[in-house]
Amino acid sequence: MSMANVDKGELISQVKQQIAVANAQEMLTQMTQKCFKKCVNKPGTSLDSGEQKCISMCMDRFMDSWNLISQTYGQRLQRME
Amino acid sequence: MSDINELSDKEKELQEFFLIEKQKAQINAQIHEFNEICWEKCIGRPGTKLDHSTETCLSNCVDRFIDTSLLIARRFAQMLQKQASRDM
Repeated sequence: MSMANVDKGELISQVKQQIAVANAQEMLTQMTQKCFKKCVNKPGTSLDSGEQKCISMCMDRFMDSWNLISQTYGQRLQRME
Repeated sequence: MSDINELSDKEKELQEFFLIEKQKAQINAQIHEFNEICWEKCIGRPGTKLDHSTETCLSNCVDRFIDTSLLIARRFAQMLQKQASRDM
């Protein structure tokens, strides 16, 4: 298979973008499930202000959690080498 | 005339790029999995920040999950070996 006609830079850029999009989608899916579970306990006819505030805080805590776990995992991987 | 089996420099570069990105993606997927599991174990009601005990719980959770993984892998291998020697 000849890659002579492939623009390497463009291919790399496209792949990186697709990976970033996939990561963001996973983040979004998880966040939505977790925060709905934590914050919306008795679904009403709309999201009340308490629920909205909870969801907002939940999103921030979810990111905090993700970053902390990323850090811990990185450290563990280094120790395992 | 280049050998059809020889990868060009460009192809080698792309191959390495894909290898690295694949590893990065695998690590990322693992982090998502840990976050999913440890969130359930450690997070109560979302507050204005993660308190110290929650942070400790999350951190411990990752390490204990990996320890569990390793323990199960080791013991499972032993179980298979025992089974194999019984079947002989």
